[in-house]
Amino acid sequence: MSPRAHKPLQPASTAPEQIRNFCIIAHIDHGKSTLADRMLQITGIVDDRSMRAQYLDRMDIERERGITIKSQAVRMPWEIDGKTYALNMIDTPGHVDFTYEVSRSLAACEGAILLVDAAQGIEAQTLANLYLAMENDLTIIPVLNKIDLPAADPEKYALELAELIGGKPEDVLRVSGKTGIGVPELLDLVVEKIPAPQGNANAPARAMIFDSVYDAYRGVITYVRVIDGKLNPRQRIQMMSTKAAHELIEIGVSSPEPVPSEGLGVGEVGYLITGVKDVRQSKVGDTVTDSVKPATQALEGYTDPKAMVFSGLYPIDGSDYPVLREALDKLKLSDASLNYEPETSVALGFGFRCGFLGLLHLEIITERLEREFGLDLIATAPSVPYEVTTEDRKTVTVTNPSEYPGGKINSVREPLVKASILAPKDYVGAIMELCQSRRGNLLGMDYFGTDRVEMKYEIPLGEIVFDFFDHLKSRTQGYASLDYEDAGDQEADLVKVDIMLQGETVDAFSAIVHREKAYAYGVLMTERLKKLIPRQQFEVPIQAAIGARIIARETISAIRKDVLAKCYGGDITRKRKLLEKQKEGKKRMKMVGRVEVPQEAFIAALQGDDEVKKK
Amino acid sequence: MTGDRTLSAYVHVPYCRVRCGYCDFNTYTATELRGAKQADFVDHVGAEIELARSELTAHSDTRQLSTVFFGGGTPTLLPVTDLVTTVSNLQSAFGFAEGAEVTVEANPDSVDAHYLRALADGGITRVSFGVQSAVPSVLAVLDRTHNPDRVPEVVQAAREAGLAVSVDLIYGSPGESLDDWRASLELVASLGVDHVSAYSLIVEDGTALERKIRRGELPEPDENLQAQMYELADASFEAMGLSWYELSNWSRSERTRSRHNLAYWRNQDWWGFGAGAHSHLGARRWWNVKHPAAYAQRVMAGESPAADGEEPTVDETYLEDVLLGTRLIEGFPISRLRPDARAEVAQLIADGLVNGKAALDGRIVLTLPGRLVADAVVRRLT
Repeated sequence: MSPRAHKPLQPASTAPEQIRNFCIIAHIDHGKSTLADRMLQITGIVDDRSMRAQYLDRMDIERERGITIKSQAVRMPWEIDGKTYALNMIDTPGHVDFTYEVSRSLAACEGAILLVDAAQGIEAQTLANLYLAMENDLTIIPVLNKIDLPAADPEKYALELAELIGGKPEDVLRVSGKTGIGVPELLDLVVEKIPAPQGNANAPARAMIFDSVYDAYRGVITYVRVIDGKLNPRQRIQMMSTKAAHELIEIGVSSPEPVPSEGLGVGEVGYLITGVKDVRQSKVGDTVTDSVKPATQALEGYTDPKAMVFSGLYPIDGSDYPVLREALDKLKLSDASLNYEPETSVALGFGFRCGFLGLLHLEIITERLEREFGLDLIATAPSVPYEVTTEDRKTVTVTNPSEYPGGKINSVREPLVKASILAPKDYVGAIMELCQSRRGNLLGMDYFGTDRVEMKYEIPLGEIVFDFFDHLKSRTQGYASLDYEDAGDQEADLVKVDIMLQGETVDAFSAIVHREKAYAYGVLMTERLKKLIPRQQFEVPIQAAIGARIIARETISAIRKDVLAKCYGGDITRKRKLLEKQKEGKKRMKMVGRVEVPQEAFIAALQGDDEVKKK
Repeated sequence: MTGDRTLSAYVHVPYCRVRCGYCDFNTYTATELRGAKQADFVDHVGAEIELARSELTAHSDTRQLSTVFFGGGTPTLLPVTDLVTTVSNLQSAFGFAEGAEVTVEANPDSVDAHYLRALADGGITRVSFGVQSAVPSVLAVLDRTHNPDRVPEVVQAAREAGLAVSVDLIYGSPGESLDDWRASLELVASLGVDHVSAYSLIVEDGTALERKIRRGELPEPDENLQAQMYELADASFEAMGLSWYELSNWSRSERTRSRHNLAYWRNQDWWGFGAGAHSHLGARRWWNVKHPAAYAQRVMAGESPAADGEEPTVDETYLEDVLLGTRLIEGFPISRLRPDARAEVAQLIADGLVNGKAALDGRIVLTLPGRLVADAVVRRLT
């Protein structure tokens, strides 16, 4: 093991040439957090006893799912040949939904460790992030992890990595985050290979925000990488996109607990606290400058995060609506990309229409709402933004089928993505079939090593937000991985299908689908609802319609008998209790016109179940 | 305190030779009795009669019994003298009102002319035969062991003994066809009885029948078919001169109705004697411990056999009143409905579930389709 640094360098007075900024690019379960933990231990900034698994992933959900949602930067000392360096490790999110955050994290680094599981090989998301890193001119250090596993095949995957980024398979470092093998050598390589940051120490301060998180006690904590100049304690700073000015209450580095410093100089990475309570005041990608002597030019690459997936979130118990509102208000403080507005649904009551970066983002937010706020939620089928132009040449953005304009439609444009699917080559046929059924357009195929293939598709986002990933996984026995990126939009023959109960539209089931699939959707939903909705005292037609045209129909026959024959031996109590129980059940029914529908039926239909689960 | 409510007595005889697969009543075969001997039945119930008499006396309740009903179980498994002695115990404890109705439930297999004559001589006025079905295969599904061919004979014997006769039927058993049911209705027509009860089979949790259906050994009862069977029964009974007066009961005249059952539906008072029996007195309902051995121990020690009880709240009482009242031909007075329920009446008439003409006269009376969904109507009115 390399010696631990005896005299760590002081922030604000560290020369850029003694700084190395790097991140780790890895797929969800390829062991990034475990490797980071080992680095913390080996560099001595976390002692062996206080080490807990995946130290950097603070949120419970992150730790349980083994994924990183919020990145963090850690400063670690490292000594080579008597010379001390400050290594800043910037932990990047690993999922497609957070591409923008990833790109900002990468922009804060000069190098990246490409970490790949030696038993699994590279995955589509890693590939996507690797492209991003190479586009940012980052120096890549290829590393195979988990070499201690019996299933590891380092020879095979070293070859694959070498092919991918150029270089020789022998140059691929082999480590085990679990046992620590190879980790000191890796830290040495970081110092040797990754260039030191460069910047103008005398220019007006410019620092890029690559993350901001909300802390209940301290307010927003903003993570920055200083490009030019210097940031000092008590300095008045300005956000260049909003021109908002704040005083720095605290500035420092994470090591990995926050340590206040005398400031941050060129090339340094650390945190700022201004007392602001809302992360929207501190946007990822924005440039921090001095408010008295501001820089004239902001750093490049800032964009507002764009919601690409929309879904209605409803509390299962209607009385939880205020709790949901409060919970969203709180989550918004720590998640600048979450947006929402109140919405009402005939079927589901009061809720919120929420915009998300992607499907995982939706899933994470729903899970946090349920876990951290004790809410029971139902999410409507995810939708994407459509540009609908009516005959009178007005264009509206439709993120919710219920906003779809009536009357004649001139054209509809839908968002497209470029999807990259990585899988063993045996599954090519199954993947092609799936993508074709989702209106995908094959752009190309690349082979990796001997047995894996990357398939690139142009595909409407609306086709993959629903259950595409589930189908992909089940058709490839879980081997396929998926990544996608924005690829503009296209005109498409889309229609809105409404589902009606006794002539009343059930808003939660309206969907915007391709005309060729409208019939299938109508049949699917009417059949599903027929199975789920209990019989009523009258006949209930279930119809699917495009405008006024009925495309599918089912009928729930009227209930013929709903009476208990006997109250034996005068046991009135039992019968009364039975009726009370039934009435209790009725209270939880939602009314669509005169039709009583148990909320579980709506939920089951939205979740694609054909049966209401037994309580 | 008792207002103008009548007082009845229900006597539970918790014994059966075999337990029927559909039955979830409080009954025991000989091997399940754990020392509570059938032979001591008269003494045990006699002890509870004494308890009841002193309690009513303590509350200055001097009402005589209007009706008595022996149910089970199989009351006719007992030696006829046990039933007769119990009748006489009840009579000496409370007295019988003028023209009191005293009914015994009977299994067609466990009685003969001699037994029926002895019942009549001992003060019993009415017998209710558990016929259930005229079709052997249906009886087999129900685990009923009697031979349907015996029914006309015992009905005739009961009549000759001077007893009023009712028959009980069950319809909608797994596998029972509309033709099977028609055969049972024809049997009833041939008997010329003045009263019939027809109950749709309810599959209760925890019964052997429920297990068989769950395991797929028997088909689930078909509710549409049960509804058809009810309609067929109603039409057949009408043709026989019997008209409905309660959801599951038809009678030739007002005089031949089961006054004991009416006491339940009209929320009158009754004391239930025996293991697991339910009682209703004033605002209070209670029920006895279920097992005959536990019951015997309590009553023989001079203690109340009540296991638990309740005083229904205002809301609960309202629900009970509506659910009981709407089962009857006389219906439920609209004036006693809550305001929000009154608003529902017009829709119920429009849905064809409530008789519009009767509603104009101020009563909720169910139509034939309404009777089939009576519980749904009650939920809408409460």
